[in-house]
Amino acid sequence: MKKILSFTLNGQPYEVAVKPKTTLIELIRDEIGLTGPKIGCNAGACGACTVLIDGKAVDSCSVLALQVEGHSVETVEGLADGDKLHPLQEAFLDDGGYQCGFCTPGMLMAAKSLLNENPDPSIHEIRHGLSGNLCRCTGYVRIIDSIHDAAQRMKKEGGEKS
Amino acid sequence: MRDFDYIAPKSVEETIKVLSEYKDEAKIIAGGQSLLNILKQDLMAPEILVDIKHLSELDYITYDEKEGMRIGATTTHHAVEVSPLVIEHYPILSEMEHTLAFPQTRNWGTIGGNLCIQDPTGDVAPPLIALRATVKIVGPNGERILPMEDFSTDYYETVLEEDEILAEVRIPPMAPRTGVAYSKFRIVEGDAPIVGAAVAFTLNEDGTCADARIATNGTAPIPLRIPDAEAVFKGKKITDELIQEAVEVAGEAMECIPDIVASDEYKKRVAKVYIKRMARKALSQIQ
Ligand SMILES: Cc1cc2nc3c(=O)[nH]c(=O)nc-3n(C[C@H](O)[C@H](O)[C@H](O)COP(=O)(O)OP(=O)(O)OC[C@H]3O[C@@H](n4cnc5c(N)ncnc54)[C@H](O)[C@@H]3O)c2cc1C
Ligand code: FES
Ligand code: FES
Repeated sequence: MKKILSFTLNGQPYEVAVKPKTTLIELIRDEIGLTGPKIGCNAGACGACTVLIDGKAVDSCSVLALQVEGHSVETVEGLADGDKLHPLQEAFLDDGGYQCGFCTPGMLMAAKSLLNENPDPSIHEIRHGLSGNLCRCTGYVRIIDSIHDAAQRMKKEGGEKS
Repeated sequence: MRDFDYIAPKSVEETIKVLSEYKDEAKIIAGGQSLLNILKQDLMAPEILVDIKHLSELDYITYDEKEGMRIGATTTHHAVEVSPLVIEHYPILSEMEHTLAFPQTRNWGTIGGNLCIQDPTGDVAPPLIALRATVKIVGPNGERILPMEDFSTDYYETVLEEDEILAEVRIPPMAPRTGVAYSKFRIVEGDAPIVGAAVAFTLNEDGTCADARIATNGTAPIPLRIPDAEAVFKGKKITDELIQEAVEVAGEAMECIPDIVASDEYKKRVAKVYIKRMARKALSQIQ
């Protein structure tokens, strides 16, 4: 029997009826239709499905949709501000932080979570922060560079504002 | 995954009521990091999941100089990792959490879920055993307190009855002149440990050993405390020779089981190395 779930997705309130066994990634992709987060392993091991729950990276394949009741969820679709890309997205574009792009939505959200907590991470801290995200293409170096670059850009932006 | 019903009780009391009503048809879900993988493979088919993840009543970390630390069962790994109280009083727990699974797992998975799934390689139990932790279990007849090392009974089995939950982990204050170390062996960051070892020493004022604790993971179906090896140190001055003697005794106690990653012999050898290293490390913190 379906149950009613209320939560926020990319700043927008949602009220949807879901089966208890629906996982968060199934809700986001199949029912709401945001296909940014990907299903890789469906077992909490690859990070392709990474979304933020209350600002923290979580594998959406390993959370029941009903468990985000009252929480705020953010996917890669919520990263840009209208047409203005997020500094992480800009840095990934400029620094070649992706090849096929399958892991990218998860990488971006894992990186966002990391920077939320630690705005100026060392290379080691970036590597540790990405330990739950697999990439079959890039060899990681450019992803790590992109995140380091994005952190610098965000520091600058923040500095300009204040 | 098969269909199931879902309920999110509002309190621990209501959780126990629901569990008492449904008995073995119900299964607790906390972070679901282990449980959902089990359900996806149809290894288990509960009628109803009882969600405790959102219970703020079970989500806390407190410290008191007399009583020590209390950690609620639904506290996430990440909350333990970054807690200033944990870092101040039991830094080993923060270090352990820092290398447990992935950021994603730590952000949503809970310390209670980790102990209750009772994976023999789990990271959380050995350092807690070394720190003389106890667990508070709540059921229809009230609560009971057990030493951490008595909580696990077999692979993926604990002492919990079907209408009981793990509510809290309690850690006594550390005695003066105590050192504690834990580390694990694994091939890739984020992989489950192959084996690991936690060692704690408390010294007397004259430098002899007042108390020793040794606990390992991945070396038996349950987290293994090794009293025979601990006894080697009691009342003596801890030297490298004494550590080696204890390591040999510990080797006898471990009944490692081979799996796809490593043979029993290999696990035992590596576990002995880790006990030795952790003993030296724990000692170096006091001397
Ligand atoms: C990719 C991956 C890597 C991992 N790597 C590691 C690792 O390196 N080291 C390590 O130690 N662990 C590792 N784990 C295991 C991880 O730590 C656990 O999955 C997690 O801590 C379980 O917590 P949870 O809240 O998600 O529990 P759940 O999955 O919700 O529950 C686990 C079990 O415990 C029961 N349960 C949960 N809470 C309670 C309670 N309070 N009272 C009674 N029963 C309860 C549930 O019914 C279920 O049977 C890994 C897991 C994954 C998916
Ligand atoms: S699809 Fe969720 S972690 Fe791989
Ligand atoms: S860019 Fe292809 S998997 Fe990472």
